[in-house]
Amino acid sequence: MSHHTLSVLVEDQPGVLARISSMFSRRSFNIDSLAVGRTEVPGISRMTIVVSVEDEQPLEQVTKQLNKLINVIKIVELDPAASVQRELLLVKVRADLDTRSSVLETVQLFRAKVVDVATDAVTIEATGSRDKLEALLRMLEPFGIKELVQSGMVGMGRGARSITDRSLRVAERSA
Amino acid sequence: MTERAEGAGSPAPTGEPMTGAASLVRALEHAGVDVVFGIPGGAILPAYDPLMDSRQIRHILVRHEQGAGHAAEGYAQASGRVGVCMATSGPGATNLVTPIADAHMDSVPMVAITGQVASGSIGTDAFQEADIRGITMPITKHSFLVTDPDEITHAIAAAFHIAGTGRPGPVLVDIAKDAMQKQTTFRWPVALDLPGYRPVTRPHAKQVREAARMIVTAKRPVLYVGGGVIKAGATAQLRKLAEITGIPVVTTLMARGAFPDSHPQHLGMPGMHGSVAAVGALQKSDLLIALGTRFDDRVTGQLPSFAPNAAVIHADIDPAEISKNRTADVPIVGDAAEVIDDLIAAIEAEYAAGAAGDYGAWWDRLSHLRSTYPAGYDIPSDGAVAPQYVIERLGAIAGPEAIYAAGVGQHQMWAAQFIKYEKPRTWLNSGGAGTMGYAVPAAMGAKVACPDSTVWAVDGDGCFQMTNQELVTCAVNDIPIKVAIINNSSLGMVRQWQTLFYESRYSNTDLQSHRLPDFVKLADAYGCHGLRCESPEQVDATIEKAMALDDAPVVIDFVVHKDAMVWPMVAAGTSNDDIKVARDLAPSWDREI
Repeated sequence: MSHHTLSVLVEDQPGVLARISSMFSRRSFNIDSLAVGRTEVPGISRMTIVVSVEDEQPLEQVTKQLNKLINVIKIVELDPAASVQRELLLVKVRADLDTRSSVLETVQLFRAKVVDVATDAVTIEATGSRDKLEALLRMLEPFGIKELVQSGMVGMGRGARSITDRSLRVAERSA
Repeated sequence: MTERAEGAGSPAPTGEPMTGAASLVRALEHAGVDVVFGIPGGAILPAYDPLMDSRQIRHILVRHEQGAGHAAEGYAQASGRVGVCMATSGPGATNLVTPIADAHMDSVPMVAITGQVASGSIGTDAFQEADIRGITMPITKHSFLVTDPDEITHAIAAAFHIAGTGRPGPVLVDIAKDAMQKQTTFRWPVALDLPGYRPVTRPHAKQVREAARMIVTAKRPVLYVGGGVIKAGATAQLRKLAEITGIPVVTTLMARGAFPDSHPQHLGMPGMHGSVAAVGALQKSDLLIALGTRFDDRVTGQLPSFAPNAAVIHADIDPAEISKNRTADVPIVGDAAEVIDDLIAAIEAEYAAGAAGDYGAWWDRLSHLRSTYPAGYDIPSDGAVAPQYVIERLGAIAGPEAIYAAGVGQHQMWAAQFIKYEKPRTWLNSGGAGTMGYAVPAAMGAKVACPDSTVWAVDGDGCFQMTNQELVTCAVNDIPIKVAIINNSSLGMVRQWQTLFYESRYSNTDLQSHRLPDFVKLADAYGCHGLRCESPEQVDATIEKAMALDDAPVVIDFVVHKDAMVWPMVAAGTSNDDIKVARDLAPSWDREI
């Protein structure tokens, strides 16, 4: 199994998320994570989809089938070496007077943030790559994780070029 | 990408105030619609009021929405234009699901218009509410849910553009009742805003040159032709390509008629029930030139052993089909007509440069297969009628100018094997979805599209009982189709599999149609002529009698032998190499490579 991160520009239309998720399930492709939000261009949303596939052939099918959806404007696979990919995590960890300083030390090591404190727990916010967040969780586990929530991966290519450069000129022309 | 939807005829004044429903009908007129198949109901009622006043659009009131959908398909397949069906919300819409799925599998251009409950009631489980857009999402090329009257015309214009261009397919437009009732301003033409829809029709020149080079150097090439060639209107180009190169041609179930059956280079249909010569040609080929086809499992058999020594040139308008099932050595994305035109030019350039294809030894071998294993069938010893004989005679008497629509099963395969097709769009069937009940309504749609053609539905007694209520629609609306029921009193293809793979244990395949219903009386009750034929001697006379009756639909009950089987056959999941020409009888593949 290999993971691939796809950046997908879509029209911000009702049902577009359903179309994409239904295509994945219908064709037996696996979505690892999916994040969607607006972009700098009104009317255009961007999805970051992490897919896991057996080999390259199914990935090609995923992108071709995605491209067939009328609301999909552009698909780019993000090369991990040439892109920034981040997830956000909120985790509520047991921390009383005895353990709080150890917890805070771990938070600092990972350049995470405490966003809420109670007498017997702290809530930590962390962003980073999947590896970093997994390492953080491993370190926090012994204190007792009470609650965990994670966003999907978001990512963009490094350098000055934008994914929307070409495709959106096309979109503007048709408006 | 700015596109303008084409309106038919003279443009009406634009910027006119009217209801959403009136704008819907006006948009349909501008989209060039002349026929709509449908049934009204609560949520779609507003549309039916202005529809009554349309001088351009003929609405044909069907008896079941499934019939409307298949009729729209038959109309589209026979004419090449976008077929239109209309239904109300809830069960009206869900009854369209089967034909929509069918159109999706066979790439049939169709627009389905459904009424939806009022926008304020959507999501409340209102009376006759169904999320038809959600239900059909996996089986439509695209879909729209319209709740704003100002968006109706854009949705219609976009739906026709999407359904009819690129790889054709069904598009659903679901319109909330209140959007049809409210006022809007009608404007046409509509600027289409579809930034994510840009089908590639122009093939890549480098790929075409590479394909041409492979074609002139191959020793055992085959033109493996699919339904895309018919949809692209590329049959004249195909013939030219075949004739300048001398390469053998096979036409899939969806491509029957793309290349004349009488042409000496035609080896027939490949696949599960294909001819030995066509299946053998693919299996022994060193180069498949696949045009507008999708390497369906019914053609390839067990995939790893399909055409094991062949390189593959795969041209299709849908990039997702290329290398989906079989990896292509030369992928070409484009419209079949443009691809073939460019291929011809590139091959002629190769010839001009001194290259020449030499397929003499290949043809020797294929001609041997073709003459050794012609299509044939057994004559029942008890004097019963052979179903293949009926279909063969039907094809001979009605001729290649007629249009034939089949249901699904044995009769479908025999109609694909024993009727000789010379022209595109004369063979309509449900290939990908395998929808029993397709024939009668599809024939109805074809007859509406081509009123001057004789249209035969070749149907089974099982299939016929699924949608025969549309005979009333035909009788009432002066649509004189002809129906040949190949009545073997059973679900014949399933029975054949039970004979071959389930030790002749006939679980629930005996329909007892020799007793009930009485198809002749049924035809009479529906306002059709009913004829029955029970002996081989009567076959020709009965068909000729039906050909002479044109004042009403005709139904012939051909009572046939029920043990007849479809041969050749590649059993499901096995290799094409293991094709049988009769039970336990394998062809010999003469010289091995």
